[in-house]
Amino acid sequence: MPSLLSEKTDRELRLQVGLAGVLFVALAIGVIWYYFTPKYARVGYRPEQPVPFSHEIHAGQLGLSCLYCHTHVDDSVFANVPATQTCMNCHAKIQANSPLLAEVRASYESGRPVRWKKIHQLPDYAYFNHAVHVQRGVSCISCHGKVNQMKVVFHAESLSMSWCLDCHRNPTPNLRPPSEVTNLDWQPPEGKTAAQVGLEIQERLLINPPETCQACHR
Amino acid sequence: MLRVLLIFGALVAVIVGILGFRGHLGPGRPLMVFFDMDFQPKYQPQGQSAFFSDGRAQRTPPTGTVAFGGADFFGDAGAPTTNPDFLQADDVFYRGKEGETYVKRSPVSTDMPLLRTGRQQYGIYCAVCHGPSGRGNGILTEYGFVEIAKLTDPRVRSMPDGQIYHTIANGKGLMNGYGHQIPPAERWAVVAYVRALQWSQNASMDDVPTQFRAELEKGE
Repeated sequence: MPSLLSEKTDRELRLQVGLAGVLFVALAIGVIWYYFTPKYARVGYRPEQPVPFSHEIHAGQLGLSCLYCHTHVDDSVFANVPATQTCMNCHAKIQANSPLLAEVRASYESGRPVRWKKIHQLPDYAYFNHAVHVQRGVSCISCHGKVNQMKVVFHAESLSMSWCLDCHRNPTPNLRPPSEVTNLDWQPPEGKTAAQVGLEIQERLLINPPETCQACHR
Repeated sequence: MLRVLLIFGALVAVIVGILGFRGHLGPGRPLMVFFDMDFQPKYQPQGQSAFFSDGRAQRTPPTGTVAFGGADFFGDAGAPTTNPDFLQADDVFYRGKEGETYVKRSPVSTDMPLLRTGRQQYGIYCAVCHGPSGRGNGILTEYGFVEIAKLTDPRVRSMPDGQIYHTIANGKGLMNGYGHQIPPAERWAVVAYVRALQWSQNASMDDVPTQFRAELEKGE
């Protein structure tokens, strides 16, 4: 029985099917590599908050310290969102009748909290201690980005486990003098790189970040 | 062959068209495929609760109770020496008062670490209005704040320490209390630093240590 396809067509078809198979596998790998990661799923998350609070104005333009509102990042496990009372320290007089602040005033009168949306959400089985990092010279910027330039805060880093471990294995680029932690515009002094400053800090404060499982999963 | 490549190209374009690129800014909630144990049935700090009527998982302490911060955990666990200040009964330290009058002198002895803490706390909370040197020229004066006390005035200079402490904790006039932002020990540190500011802003050359005088005169 003669074959249905000529030898040339047969070769052509085999090549096409083979190529299609290879490309399909490559595409699947590519899609998983590019999309199945917090770098895609989390970075850039910018929810609309109940009050249009601008970190750019408060932390950038006015130069308020991060600690004015997030009072206990330097001595507490978690970074607290400020009480409404903190907003009212100033906004009882400044922009006191602004409609943008209606939610804040309502919260102050009723005692019900403003329902801020949490942006940086670690899994519940990961234990992150803010105080330890802040006290040791890891700047806010390392995990939260240039918040003092953000009108609306967004998720700037992936906060994935490998991202945590990158820094725990080599912390020097992210270490600075602990007094400069909340200075988001800090630059290493002339003639030194951030890593060189970080190395000095690491040696001075005996920083030895744990890489064991129970450091974060306990 | 070309047909295969064209279909592949179209497929890539469709996927990128739908899913976009990394780092795109938007309100879309982070996509979760496997929840694993990411969300556990436990309350997180400042978390929400549908159980309580005000929606908060964290409860407000009942009136008359004393916060446990800085409490005597060792004494509580049965250690032989206990902290008598467990209930924050020390009026001088926690309220800056002795009976009904303000204490004249801070109960905390002043040293360099205390002043450093004071400077840091002053810079965070007070300088915004009272200015970095206490002259009432903080950044908020540009945004409509008026009648900010000049801490270097004789009126404030002659205040007892306890009254400054009390003002930090409870506010005065237009100023809200900062008690919820600055804990008691740090309030005394701020009092000490305010005293240092007052001195420095009303100092004469005789107050400057001799080795720094030349530098200061050059600056002028």
